[in-house]
Parts: sequence; structure tokens; C-alpha cells
Amino acid sequence: MSMFTRSRKTLLAAIVGGCMGLSVLPVQAMEHLHILIPGGAGGGWDSTARGVGEALQSSGLVTTVSYENQSGGGGGKAIAQMIESADQKAADTLMINSTPIVIRTLAGIYPQGFRDLTPIAATLGDFAAIVVRKDSPYKTFSEMAAAYNKDPRSIKVSGGSARGSMDHLVAAMMFKAAGGDAKQLRYVAYDAGGEAMAGLLSGETHALSTGFSEALTMAAAGEVRILVMSGDDRNPAAPDVPTMKDLGYDMSFVNWRGFFASPGISQEQKDEYINTLKSMYGTDAWKTVRDRNGWLELFRSDADFTRFLEAQEKELSGVMKELGFLL
Amino acid sequence: MLDGIMIGLNTAIMPFNLMMVFAGCFVGTFIGMLPGLGPVSAVALMIPITYGLDPSSGIILMAGVYYGAIFGGSTSSILINAPGCSSTVVTAFDGYPLACQGQAGKALALAAWCSFTGGTVGAIILLFAAPALATVSMSFQSSDYFALMVLGLTAVAAFAGKGQVLKSLIMAVLGLMLATVGTDVTSGTTRFTFGSSDLIDGVSFLLLAMATFALTEVIMTVLRGEHVKPQAEIDMSKLGSMRLSREEVKEVAPTVARSSVFGFLIGVLPGAGATIASFMAYGMERNLASVKEKLKFGKGSLRGLAAPETANNAASTGSFVPLLTLGIPGSGTTAIMLGALIAYGIQPGPRLFIDNPDVFWSVIISMYFGNLVLLVLNLPLIPYISRLLVIPNPILIPLILFFSVTGVYLVSFNTFDIHMMVVVTVISIVLKLLAFPMAPMLLGYILGELLENNLSRALMISDGSLSFLWERPLSAGIMVVAILALLSPLVTTLRNRRAAKEPQVAGAEESAA
Repeated sequence: MSMFTRSRKTLLAAIVGGCMGLSVLPVQAMEHLHILIPGGAGGGWDSTARGVGEALQSSGLVTTVSYENQSGGGGGKAIAQMIESADQKAADTLMINSTPIVIRTLAGIYPQGFRDLTPIAATLGDFAAIVVRKDSPYKTFSEMAAAYNKDPRSIKVSGGSARGSMDHLVAAMMFKAAGGDAKQLRYVAYDAGGEAMAGLLSGETHALSTGFSEALTMAAAGEVRILVMSGDDRNPAAPDVPTMKDLGYDMSFVNWRGFFASPGISQEQKDEYINTLKSMYGTDAWKTVRDRNGWLELFRSDADFTRFLEAQEKELSGVMKELGFLL
Repeated sequence: MLDGIMIGLNTAIMPFNLMMVFAGCFVGTFIGMLPGLGPVSAVALMIPITYGLDPSSGIILMAGVYYGAIFGGSTSSILINAPGCSSTVVTAFDGYPLACQGQAGKALALAAWCSFTGGTVGAIILLFAAPALATVSMSFQSSDYFALMVLGLTAVAAFAGKGQVLKSLIMAVLGLMLATVGTDVTSGTTRFTFGSSDLIDGVSFLLLAMATFALTEVIMTVLRGEHVKPQAEIDMSKLGSMRLSREEVKEVAPTVARSSVFGFLIGVLPGAGATIASFMAYGMERNLASVKEKLKFGKGSLRGLAAPETANNAASTGSFVPLLTLGIPGSGTTAIMLGALIAYGIQPGPRLFIDNPDVFWSVIISMYFGNLVLLVLNLPLIPYISRLLVIPNPILIPLILFFSVTGVYLVSFNTFDIHMMVVVTVISIVLKLLAFPMAPMLLGYILGELLENNLSRALMISDGSLSFLWERPLSAGIMVVAILALLSPLVTTLRNRRAAKEPQVAGAEESAA
């Protein structure tokens, strides 16, 4: 048990592929697991839920896994459903969510937040990255930050989500860590990641704020370079890409994806969920799914996960206040 | 490149891959025919199956399902006025009136031939110009998209019947207004949600189309009491007849040729797509038509059916250009396919056709077979499918209601959408009784979001100056075309008036002499 209740000094210490060391406890197979997905088919939440479900089922940890897409309210409808169904005894339901639950709760889009649910565990983590065209004059993030500090209007950053969402906040955090004024950031919002990438390639913006794993795919296509990423350590998939800390800026950020249960579930039930998810990491079925999707592992469970969420909330609310999204 | 094409051809004609093309087209057509369920749902269903296949076969299957679904989507648009997917909404504008006139077989056959031509012409352009066209995908900036959407809006005239110009402008504005509901990307704030979290994601286009077309149509039938009246005798042989006369073929041939190329080019742009292409092709065709032909649009014009049906298939083929050569998905469907490629460890990008020639070329070549398969699969079915219209109204009407409502629900899994559908239908019935046309509202809605987002992005990038409209040659060029499209009816009217006056003047001179 000490494995996942142990607190860590650096709250954002991302465990990338570091879960191999976790001992695999012999777990009795769960009979049934129902995963609630707060968005439609084909999105990031959907693919994660179905990937994790597939690994759990084909490794025999769970006998049957069922899924339910419940979109609406930008994901808020699913949270409300988890809370409403709390008193039902047959609650074998977990909901998938990610960093936006913290942001959208702060922004008041969701009336409820992670405190109204039972955080079970984070299972995946992705870092943020800043990407430029291959012919960009900026060779390093430090050069770009220097230009930004001199004239913040000279750098335009595109992102595939609305103003005030994760891509915007994280880019602001990065420029702030490099000594700039976060409020001055010119963030150009696109409807989707693909369009933001097209915007960068067409030359209308100078940089793109996106997830590290997505940036890796884009860089592999050969049209863009990754300037910097927000992990604590360099990633073996791209050892040339420096972290913010490598460049001397005190900033790190991880976008987690994880699972929540209804409020007020019993300790035994909670432990069963946690042990099942934890046992998944050692299985071959999981490795297949993980490698197929290019996922980076991040396991934080129970109280550790809650503390991690609280720290992230504090950090994000700071930058949201600074940018004027919160009073 | 020739070596690559040969490798691709060898891969594509492997019996297993041919089977995948067939299976993909078959499944795609059927899912596409169900109202509401379009290519995104169809391709998402294929994900687990493709894991067990090798990359070429998997992508060939998905591509088959994709254009199969767009192909099949036209069937429900034409027969019951309930679009199978958003890119076949325009197909209903002229396809359904044709079916009502007892020409369902002809309409379906024309749609099949147009889809086939659009898809095949697209595949040919893709084969010879894909790497070169990547630059087109990359060259469009927000201001150019804005200009393109303005050009698209000039088509609003195309959706207006005689004497309905004011009403159709009102409806287009209503559509633009509806497009502002939900989260504004540029500011990050929510607008017109009335505090309800259900409206944060805006109103779904398919829901609007389904409510204003399929549901309104069936309820109007009931209101008019037609469901209890004995149905007019339907000439079965005529209903199922797929014969197009030589004159009709001649009439639509130039339309099909124009729409194939135009649709493909719109599809190449990551920020547009098949739905936009179908709307714009329809508008363009109406603008090019003679005054007499213009009147037929919306009442069962063959050209009005051919243009969007050709353009949407050509555009779906075009969307493979940014996907394969740049790794940029232009739509939800191609985003799923990008995920599948990456899961195989295949990197789309400028080097794809060098690194994985078998995948790159075999997918493109499989599209020829795919379009042929779709034609062979669909044409023989038409006489049977069109008999759907012979089903007595008391059975057909509940079926349409059932499939439309479940179709919309299955996309979002949100019961709020069903409630909203009912409200939209009621409003739309009132507007219909007041003779307001619905098509301009859909045009305004589909262009509105892109129009606004691209304008605010362009303004942000240029520091609030409108100079991009004349400083960027591409934007300026498209704006000039838009202005010409707006002025052309005016010029024609003036010319007609003068032509009408001249004989009188001549007559007056004669009498004076």
C-alpha cells in the first residue's frame, strides 16, 4: 500500500515508463467495469477509455468492460451523472477525465469539480510542447523567449482550443517562467489541433502550443521542430528536445488522464479499482495498447492523486487569475 | 513515382485488399444510409477491426467506409429528406423534390453516377498531384478562409426562390446568429447559452438539418391530413426507372466536371471540408445557371442534385491530401484515420510516399476500385430501395421520426438534443407556414462559425487592421470573385431590361419615320 500513498517531494515529478518498478499484486479479477466517457466517439477521452478497457479485459483483470459516451456541457453532464448515481448500489462505474476538469471547474463551466467525486488514479500523462516551423528563425526556446521579453507582440502562438483552455494557459506559463509578461501573450485560437498546425505551416503564427506526444508525430512528419517540452526529464523518444528546466526555467507541467468514481464509495471498492488499474501496467496487453497509441505512463492514485490535483489547481488558478480568466 | 504506383497497384489488387475495399464500401454505404449516422461514426466503428490487419489493408478498409458512408448518405436525403450525414444535407434540396415527383430512381441513379465521377476524378488528381497539392493546403491563412466563406455566403441568392430574397436573407442571418451559440474560441467565453451547460458546445448542424427538413416535412404531411388520404397511385415502373435521357446527361455533364475539380480543391483545405464543398458547389451552379434554369433549383433540378453530390465525394478524396502529405486531419473522420496510421507506426508527412510507398499509393489506387464497387453495389439496389416510398404513410412516417431522432441521439448521447430537436421542429413548422425557406438558414449556420472564427483570427494577427483583405493576393482575389458573384445577377437584370427596351425603341423610331 505504501507504494501509492507515499508522497513525493516534487509534485510534478512525471513518471514516464517508471511504473515498471511497481510490484504487481495478485488481484482478483473484477467482474464488470463500466466506463463513462464525457465526450463523443473518436475523441481523446474516448480513445483512452477504450484503450484502457481493452487492456483490462484482454489481460483478464476485468471480465467485461462496457462504455458509455455522455457528452454535453463540455463534459459537465457526465460529472453530474456520476454524482447523481452515487447512491445506487450497483455503481461499478468509473469516469475518465483529464486536466480540463481542473480548468473547467475553475472557470465555472462545471458546477462540480474533482472534490465532488472520488479520485481513483491518473493513468497517463502527456507534457506540453512548443513547436515551430522547420525554417523558423528561432533555434531555441531561449531565443524565442528573449524576443518575447523584448516585444511580446512579436510572437504569435497558435493552439487547437479556445482562449483560456489548456494550450493557452500552458504557453502563458512557459513564457512567464522565461521572464515574460503572461498577459501580453498573443494566443490565436483554432477549432482543432489539425487546423492550428495548418495555421503554423501557413506562416500566420510563429509557434504552436500542443501536447508533447502530438508534437512528436508532427516533428516526425518533417515540417516542424520541437523547441521545448514541459517534462521534468528529457524523453527517450526525443532526447534532443530540452525541458524547460534544462533551459534554466523553473516550470514543469503534465496533462494527466485518469479515472474517477462516484462520491462516497467504500474503501474496499476504492482499493479494488486502484489495484486493478495498477496491475494493468505490467501486462502485455497494456504494453501493446500503450505503444500503439504512443502513450506516456503516469500512475498516481488515491491520496497522492488528490494532492497532485490540488497542486495543479493552485498552479492553474494562478495563471488564470493573471490572464484575467478568474477574478 | 512510377515505381511507387506499381508497388501500390500490386498491393491494392491483392485479393484480401480487394475484399477490404468491398467490405468497407458495403458497410459504409449501409451506415451512411441511416439518418444521422455518417462517416465519423462509421469509421470509428472500424477502429478495433483494423488493429488485426496490416497497415495498407486497414487504411484501405477505413477509406472505403469513409467514402462509402458519404455515398450512402445521399440515399436517405433523397428518399425521406433526412440527411444521412452533414455533407449530404444539400443533396436533399433538389433530390427530395425529385423523389416526390415520382423520379426517385432517376435521382438515386444520378447521385450514384455523380458520386462515382466526383470520387474518381478526385482519385486521379490525387494520384498525380498529391505531393504538389500539399502546398495548397499550407498556403491558406485565416484571411483567405474568411474570404472563401464570404464567397460561400453569396450563394444565399441561390437558395432564394422567386420573390423570396428578403425572406431568405432573414433566414441566412438567423443561421449566422445560431452559429454564435456556444463557446467562442477567440475569447473563450460562452455566448447565448442562457446559463445552460447543454448549449456550451453549440447547436449541432445535423440536428438542425434533421429537424428543419425530415421532421418538419413529415409533420407537415400529417398537418395537411395527407397521411389519412388514400395515396395517389404511384407508377412503379417510373419510380424505379434509372433512365437519364441524352439531353439530361448533356445538361449535367459540365456541372459534374466543374464540381469534381472545385469540390476536390475545397477538400484539400484543412479548414473547409465536404459539407462546405457541397454548399458552395450548389451555390456556384445556381449562379452559373440561366435565369430560366435558376427557377428549377430547389424544385427538383438535376444540376442542383448533381453539383453537391459530385462535390462532396471529390472533397472527401481531396481531404486525403493534407492527411497523407502533411499529417493534418481536416475533419473528425480523417483525424480518426490519422490516429490509425500512427497506431500502425506509419508517419504521414511529405516522406510518406518515399518511406511507405505501399501504403500511400495502394490507398489512392484502392479508391478507383472503391468507387467502382460503390457503383456496382448501388445501381442494382436502386429499384428496390426506391420502393421505400410505396410504404403507406401511417407506417413510413413513424419510421422516419424514429430513425431521425435516434440518429441525432446516437451522435451525441445527450437527451437534451432530442428536446432541442422538438423545439427546432416546432419553430421551423411555424416558419414554413409563413413561407420562409430553410436552406439559407443552414447555409448561414454552416458558414457562420468559420466566417466568424477566421475573421477574428485574421484581425488578431493583423492587429485589428482590415488591410489583409487587399494586401494578401489570395484573399483579395477571392473577395473580387465574391463581389462579381454578387453583382452578376444585377448586370443580367439590367441587360435583360435593356434588351426588352430595345425593340420598343426601334419600334418607336420606325413609327417616327
